[in-house]
Amino acid sequence: MRTTTIEELLEDFEFLDSWEDRYRYIIELGDELEDLDAELRVEENRVQGCVSNVWLIASFDASSPPQISFRADSDSQLVRGLVSILIMLCNDQPAPTVLALDVEDLFTRLELRNHLSRSRSNGLFSMVKRIRVLAAEGIAQADH
Amino acid sequence: MNTSVNSFDPKALRADFPILDTRVHGDKLLVYLDNAATTQRPRQVVQRISDFYTQQYSNVHRGIHALSEQSTDLYEQAREAVARFIHARHPHEVVFTSGTTAAINLVAHSWGQGHIQSGDEILLTLLEHHSNIVPWQQLAERTGAVIRFVPVEQDGQLQLSQLSSLLNERTRIVSLTAASNVLGSHVPVKDIVAQAHSAGALVLLDAAQSAPHQVTDVQASGVDFLAFSGHKMLGPSGIGVLYGREELLEEMPPFLGGGSMIRSVTTDGFEPGELPEKFEAGTPPIAPAIGLTTAIEYLEDIGIEAIQDHERQLVVEAHQRLSSLEGVRILGPPIEHKGPIVNFLLDGIHPHDAAQALDQQGVAVRAGHHCAMPLHQHLGVTATLRASFYLYNTQEEVKILADAIVDTQRVFRRDG
Repeated sequence: MRTTTIEELLEDFEFLDSWEDRYRYIIELGDELEDLDAELRVEENRVQGCVSNVWLIASFDASSPPQISFRADSDSQLVRGLVSILIMLCNDQPAPTVLALDVEDLFTRLELRNHLSRSRSNGLFSMVKRIRVLAAEGIAQADH
Repeated sequence: MNTSVNSFDPKALRADFPILDTRVHGDKLLVYLDNAATTQRPRQVVQRISDFYTQQYSNVHRGIHALSEQSTDLYEQAREAVARFIHARHPHEVVFTSGTTAAINLVAHSWGQGHIQSGDEILLTLLEHHSNIVPWQQLAERTGAVIRFVPVEQDGQLQLSQLSSLLNERTRIVSLTAASNVLGSHVPVKDIVAQAHSAGALVLLDAAQSAPHQVTDVQASGVDFLAFSGHKMLGPSGIGVLYGREELLEEMPPFLGGGSMIRSVTTDGFEPGELPEKFEAGTPPIAPAIGLTTAIEYLEDIGIEAIQDHERQLVVEAHQRLSSLEGVRILGPPIEHKGPIVNFLLDGIHPHDAAQALDQQGVAVRAGHHCAMPLHQHLGVTATLRASFYLYNTQEEVKILADAIVDTQRVFRRDG
C-alpha cells in the first residue's frame, strides 16, 4: 500500500470534473486496499456509526513513539476508497502525527464532502474517530 | 397500459409542487422517488398552514375568545376530515398523535398496560417497520409477554397458512402493516382480521404505507386500531392519527398526562377527560392538523382510486425497464400484490454506493435496511435500494431512474 500526501491527492483530484470521474478514482484507490480475511471482519473490528460495514485494525512497531499501520476493508466500494485515503495519510506515521491529522479540513479541500451524503460523512468521521482511538491506544501502550 | 379509468394528469398536478422543480448537484433535475419515507406537500397545504398562522392561530379548547374558538373549530374539523377519510363511525375515534410511531406506542402502553400479562402473546409479522416491533418488545419486557412473528415467503408475501397455528388462546393482539415499507407487499387485512377476531385477538393495522395510496375503511376491514402519518400523504410532518374503536378507547387509561386530558385535578389525583382529549395531553399539533385537512381534501379531489391506478402504471413501467437491464434484481412480490414500491439490488454494487451515485444524477431513492432489519435478515441482505412513487411521479422519471442505474453500473464496473 503506497503512502501519499495531501498535496498529491489534491493534485489528482483537481483534474476530476465529473462525479463519474471522482467516483471512479475513489473506487480505484479502494482497490489498493488488501482484502481483510474473514476472521478479521468481525464485530470488534467494525467501525460503529457507518451506514455500511467498515472494519479497521491497527498495528504498531517498536519505535518510540510507535508508528502505526492500518488495514481496513468495507463492503462498500466508495467507503473502501475513502478509508484507503485515510490509511495512505496515516500509515507509517508516528502515532502523535496521526492523532493531530485534520481530516475534516482535508476532505473539504478534496471537495469530497460535497460528494458524500451526510450519513456517509458521519461514517467517515466515525472512521477517523476509530483511527484516533487506536492511535491513542498505541501511544498509551508504548508508555507502559 | 396508458388507459386509466379515472385518470388525472400528473404533469399538470406537478405545478402544485414547486419543490419538484428543484435542481440538485448543479444542474440535475430532482427526481423524487423517496415517497415511502415522506412525500412532498402541494402549495395548497403550505398556503393553508401559512394562512392559519398569519390569520387564525390560537390555542385550542380552552380559550374563551374568538381566535381560540375558531382554532378549536378548525382543529375539530380536521378530526372530522380524518374520520371521513378512514370511514370511522365517530370523529372521537380519531386521536391526533405526532405520527404512526407515537400512535403505536400509545396503544402498546395504554391498552397493553391493562390487557397484557406474562405469557400472553403478541403477534407481529416479519414485514414490520421497527416502529411496529420495538414498542411491543418494550411491552414484552415490562410484562413478560411473548412476541411471535408471521413468517414471509422469499418474495415478501405473508405465509398466511402459518397464521392459524400462530394464533391461539394466549394471543391478545395482532399488530401488522397493511403494506410493507420495504417491498410494498400488501397484506390481506380482512382475512387476517377475521382469523384474529375468531381467536379472540384484536388487530392494530399500521396503515402508514397504505392510507396514502388506497382506500382506508376501518369499518369494512374491521380493524380495532389503525395508525398512519400525515407526512406520507402530502400533509405536514408532526401529525399522525390513531384510530381506535370507541369502546376500546373508552376503557383505555390515558397515556401521557398533562393539560387538556383531564376532567379535574386535585392534590390527591386526577380524573381523565373524555375521548379524544383523554389521549391528547398538552397543546396538540394544531397547524399540522389543519394542514392535514387540506392534504386530505387534495387527495379526495383527485380520488384515491385514480392515484392508485396511476401508481400501478408507474410500477409496471419500472418493472419493465429495470427487469430488462443486466445486473438488476427486483425484490418483492408480483405487481398485483404490492403498492407503489420497487425494491431492487444492483449486482456487485453496495446499495449505499448505488444510492449515492443515483443521487449524483438527481435521483432520490433510499438505501439501507429501511427500519426493517428483521425483514432484511430474512431476505439475507443487509441493505436494499427502494424507489417509491406517488401521484406526482411520471413515466419520464421512471425512464430517468433506469438510465441513471445504467450510468451507475458503468461507473462501478470492475473491468474498467
